[in-house]
Amino acid sequence: MKFSVTVTLKKDVLDPQGKVVENTLVNMGMNNLKSIRQGKYFQIDVDEDDQLTAEKKIDEMCKKLLVNSIIEDYKITKN
Amino acid sequence: MKSSVIVFPGSNCDRDIAVALEKMKFKNQMVWHKETTLPKSDLIVLPGGFSYGDYLRSGAIAGKSLIIDEVIKAASSGCLVLGICNGFQILTETGLLKGTLLRNKNLKFINKDTHIKVINNKTKFSSKYKKNQILKINIAHNEGNYFTNSKHLEELNKEGLIAFKYCDEKGNVNNQSNPNGSLESIAGILNSKKNILGMMPHPERMIDEIISNTDGVNLFSSLIN
Repeated sequence: MKFSVTVTLKKDVLDPQGKVVENTLVNMGMNNLKSIRQGKYFQIDVDEDDQLTAEKKIDEMCKKLLVNSIIEDYKITKN
Repeated sequence: MKSSVIVFPGSNCDRDIAVALEKMKFKNQMVWHKETTLPKSDLIVLPGGFSYGDYLRSGAIAGKSLIIDEVIKAASSGCLVLGICNGFQILTETGLLKGTLLRNKNLKFINKDTHIKVINNKTKFSSKYKKNQILKINIAHNEGNYFTNSKHLEELNKEGLIAFKYCDEKGNVNNQSNPNGSLESIAGILNSKKNILGMMPHPERMIDEIISNTDGVNLFSSLIN
């Protein structure tokens, strides 16, 4: 079963990389750009038929390694 | 005093810290990260470097290595633990120290000698320094921008858990003297029991006049008493 996990910086955490990308796009003439926040994306395939069990496992992966909950939020999506 | 230096794939300051410890008469052992037992140690050091190439987040993978369970056990029974640079990042990833180290505010890898101020000299790591003493210590990192939540920041200030802050050569702590955007110019913090110190600057690089200065010596000599 395949899932996507999107990891983003929390709202209050400064994202200097996102800011540089944003400024560059504005300099390139993308004037209607409001803001950019940069994040991470994981594609995960688990050997599991039950969606709920699989999601629980992915959630555990996020909490234990993939995400630093002090600064990051995450969203799990079934593909 | 017996010390153990944990070596991860990608550690690159492990031999420097071993030289510093041996110079200060520690009986030191190098411990590979795949070991499951630690030699009896009074001090455990997590050295600087780029463990696992900083994959995922700096220190994240090393923070899950086999030996870390033993480091956590030793730390909770009071063993002294010192994490320098990547070692500090690993300590935050294991949860032994709270907060985290974000990318430097200017997005640049910074390698330079910088000044830091001794904020708390009543710890096992800093008793040989004077309070507010200014040290010149090398920093070399890409993620040294310390960040934590406001509740923990309050605790750090109230309980004297900020060990070092970045400053200028006169000791002024401000935005100009803060190299990486670190919260309140924090360069090093302690856990609440004060037996764990994490710091971004490299005291092991400052133990010999021939190559730098000796401002790092007193950190190691503090530990000996």
